[in-house]
Amino acid sequence: MKKFLAGNHAVAEAVRLCRTQIVAAYPITPQTPIYEKLSDWEAAGELGGEMMPTESEHSAMAACLSASLAGARTFTATSSQGLALMHEMLHFAAGCRTPVVMAVVNRTLAGPWAFWSDQTDSLSQRDTGWMQIYCEDNQEALDTVIQAYRIAEKVLLPCMVIIEAYFISHFMEPVEVPAPELVDRFVPPVNIPRRFDLENPGYVLPTVTQKQFMGYRQLSQEAMMYALEVMEDVDQEFSEVFGRGYGLIEADGVEHADLVLVTTGTITSTARVALARLRESGYKIGLLKIRVFRPFPTEALRRVLDNVPRIAVLERNISLGREGIFCSELKSALVNSPGRHQIQGYLAGLGGSNVDPDLIERVVLDALGRKEATDEPIWMMEEE
Amino acid sequence: MEEKTRPEEVMRSGHAACPGCGLAMGMRLVVQALGKRAVVVVVPSCVAVVSGPYPHGAFGVPMFHSAFEIAAPTAAGISRALDIQGQGDVPVLAFAGDGGTFDIGLQALSGAADRNENLIYVCMDNEAYMNTGIQVSSATPRYAWTGTSPRGNTRRKKQIMEIIAAHRIPYAATACIGFPEDLIRKVKRARELKGTRFLHILSPCPTGWKMAEHMSPKVSVAAVETNIFPLYEIVNGLEYTINHEPKRLPVETYLSLQGRYKHLGAQEISAIQTETDHSWTELQRRAEPEVR
Repeated sequence: MKKFLAGNHAVAEAVRLCRTQIVAAYPITPQTPIYEKLSDWEAAGELGGEMMPTESEHSAMAACLSASLAGARTFTATSSQGLALMHEMLHFAAGCRTPVVMAVVNRTLAGPWAFWSDQTDSLSQRDTGWMQIYCEDNQEALDTVIQAYRIAEKVLLPCMVIIEAYFISHFMEPVEVPAPELVDRFVPPVNIPRRFDLENPGYVLPTVTQKQFMGYRQLSQEAMMYALEVMEDVDQEFSEVFGRGYGLIEADGVEHADLVLVTTGTITSTARVALARLRESGYKIGLLKIRVFRPFPTEALRRVLDNVPRIAVLERNISLGREGIFCSELKSALVNSPGRHQIQGYLAGLGGSNVDPDLIERVVLDALGRKEATDEPIWMMEEE
Repeated sequence: MEEKTRPEEVMRSGHAACPGCGLAMGMRLVVQALGKRAVVVVVPSCVAVVSGPYPHGAFGVPMFHSAFEIAAPTAAGISRALDIQGQGDVPVLAFAGDGGTFDIGLQALSGAADRNENLIYVCMDNEAYMNTGIQVSSATPRYAWTGTSPRGNTRRKKQIMEIIAAHRIPYAATACIGFPEDLIRKVKRARELKGTRFLHILSPCPTGWKMAEHMSPKVSVAAVETNIFPLYEIVNGLEYTINHEPKRLPVETYLSLQGRYKHLGAQEISAIQTETDHSWTELQRRAEPEVR
């Protein structure tokens, strides 16, 4: 059924459709409407699962991971400071191999204080062992939560579904909300390993030796790489059932392009408009959207970009002292390409300012006109 | 002495604690009283040392070694999951040390108690960060030596039971290995209730308290008989019951057994006596009209 929904509401719909059993959460702007919507449904007897209103995001993740170890399907949502507070538990949830699903609504990290969209909060959780999927719009947010449960419970790793503050979380769009029977067929009944068996008691997560620790990390890395296959399979099956698919990455018009613009999240939607305009004027510009960030889809990217001479990466985040994080990741993914690339990083919309088609056009023209790329990112300011 | 009972042991031999560890004895009694149909959570602390490194597991129940400050929400998450799976009758018990309870885990414990999550929380209080090598915590008594209070702790011990009582949880009690029947009775009573239940167990530490390996039971008895550590229960945060009428021995009887107090002069001992007497009067006032 088509509904007119804010992105947060779309996420909540998916959490309910997936028959999530335990939702532990703590309020933080701009995630809170997810928590409120699920609480409303619980109060009305329409949730199915139960809410666990914890006293912090740290405890919310603690509860999710322990309930998950006991075999329950869990969910939480957070943003910014709340995600940073969870950091210790993110490593822990991944190390325990728990298939927790979490929505992250990207928001600036203080200081200074601000409330708007910025991807640095989730990207700085890069090394925690969580899968990360970045969504472009409200429909993709709903669909990705459904996919995330399938993926996480198959590979036994936790998964973040990431949407941007306001541009997705609070903007309303028509969203196709699938029928519960259809989702029930796609996301099977909960069958997460129950780690606390009274008949066969074991000790989960004891202290291990140096050698064993390395072995566990290797197993997690194997699971991450396997997740790439699982993600593609799940997305393929999803598109067969629901008629919508997204891929690990999406490439549009990249063959024979003079320049490929790489984007993530909501900037991608705007780039579609900007590039259509430029293509009408005769420019050969490709668009590449990176949807899955962890595991990083190196092979998929190389298939598309190995022979592309010029690449511009436009993004809403920064690793201070380096550059945009997607740009760094892309450069390292392409370092073994046979051909040479000129890869230029651009930063825009940090702190949540608007990235409009004109700005994107300026990025493309700048990248086309450069003889050499700079190692430093170029800061693109919104025109006053 | 006549042997009264020999219940089924849940703890196995070969734990990794120091010789004579009062905390290990306390954990043994707790799990013995709890029985095998239970899930136990431990967190970084001496309670995790006792539980053993891989491939050893000191307890014959399903266990999880969770993170330092999350004993309470960990147990709550497991308890909710078991309830959803139709195993709501299986008790979930979390062991944490005094650092994990009085200090870093207090917020998470308060949150769980506030929601009256269905769990038994057991604080094994050895009155300092013993697992990291004897550093002061907010459970360390005044004047006690630790590696980070080399001239004696300047703060008084945090009154954790009053904080817990303020949450009005169904059941809270103090216990120690010097009074094993009382300890076992309290674990069994806690097991029969629902909601958040809290046990504060004094856990003598020969290593950190600077005493001989055989001293843990004896010093526990002295802690109770001097009123340093009275045995009592609090039902619903308000109904206090004193479980043992102490001999009211002078505090020096307790202090003199431990090297961590050997630097104390008459003035400090007198100050401890005064504070102990005040606390006992206050506890009696709360437990009126009856003192059992």
